[in-house]
Amino acid sequence: MNIIIVGGGKKIHFLIRSFVSKGHNVTVINDEYETCRRLARMHNAKIINGDGSLPYVLEEAGAAYSEIIVALTPKDPDNLVICQIAQKMFMIKRTIAIVNDPENIKIFHELGVDTVISTAEIISSLIEQRVAVDEITNLIPIEEGKVSIMEVEITSDSPVIGKTINSINFPEEAVVGCIIRKEEAIIPKGKTDIRLNDKLIVLTLPRVQSETLEILRGRLD
Amino acid sequence: MKKRNKTDEYIIVIGCGRLGSHLASLLSRDGCSVVIIDKDVNSFEGLEQDFGGFTIEADGIEDEVLRNAKIEQADVLVATTDDDNANIMIAQIAKSIYKVPKVIARLHDPNRYKIYKELDIETVSPTLLSAIEFQNIIARDFAGIEEAD
Repeated sequence: MNIIIVGGGKKIHFLIRSFVSKGHNVTVINDEYETCRRLARMHNAKIINGDGSLPYVLEEAGAAYSEIIVALTPKDPDNLVICQIAQKMFMIKRTIAIVNDPENIKIFHELGVDTVISTAEIISSLIEQRVAVDEITNLIPIEEGKVSIMEVEITSDSPVIGKTINSINFPEEAVVGCIIRKEEAIIPKGKTDIRLNDKLIVLTLPRVQSETLEILRGRLD
Repeated sequence: MKKRNKTDEYIIVIGCGRLGSHLASLLSRDGCSVVIIDKDVNSFEGLEQDFGGFTIEADGIEDEVLRNAKIEQADVLVATTDDDNANIMIAQIAKSIYKVPKVIARLHDPNRYKIYKELDIETVSPTLLSAIEFQNIIARDFAGIEEAD
């Protein structure tokens, strides 16, 4: 697929690398000359120095035969205009924009941008999650978040106390890899039971993460 | 056509630069109720002494600011900031979301004219207007010289 990325701070390296490694053709538009030079040295992607909200710059970037455009500039109006030009003048179907002001999510949707991401909102919800759930620690995303490892402490209100691993109805994509009981580390088998104050090291796919937590903790919050 | 009483007209001007402040002063003198919005509180010093409207110190691209300015009651909204994309965004919010009957945006960079046209936003481009005016004066003067010959 042909993907155009406009703007982007430090995160952009990661994004380009991930798209390129999956075999996509990536074109980056950035208005800072030095950034463009650095990007061109580091990545196997087409780099264009210019203002991505100008139609002729998008045209040069091959917008007419691109399938996806991602607008990551720090200014919300620029991101909106980039997506709208891409959609209306170049018929790009998938438009993705970052918004800095979460209030703009709704406005962007109403004005036709199909995916709107608010980093402020995502980060604050992650922080809230961490603050609210202090018995879950070391949540490590692995392989760009495809798998996560978390450490869950079994508190007295957990519904799985006294149960054996094979009697707990875990989702297919979750597994308890290790139980830390006092000073000891146990590699659990089906017959291993779970006790109070155990720390479970759980490996899950992101889509079943909250389901798994609910099973272990008996609540979702 | 029956002419509307000007005092009925409620106009929001975004951006209090040279253009915005001048326009707001003219409209206020005409008897319209005018609200002008700008991020920079010092910009309001550019308004005429007799400006009778309201000033709001805030960023006009924020939805909450527009709502505080009672955008849903506005008859006209003019976006005159020096950022074309901000003007485009404000104009579309006013037009598509709040259904303001008349929305006009200032077009800074004539290269962007196509975008405004594509998005169906009425524009005024000071740059283009000046260029045309210069051209007219030059053409007129040349015509004058030719006639004199």
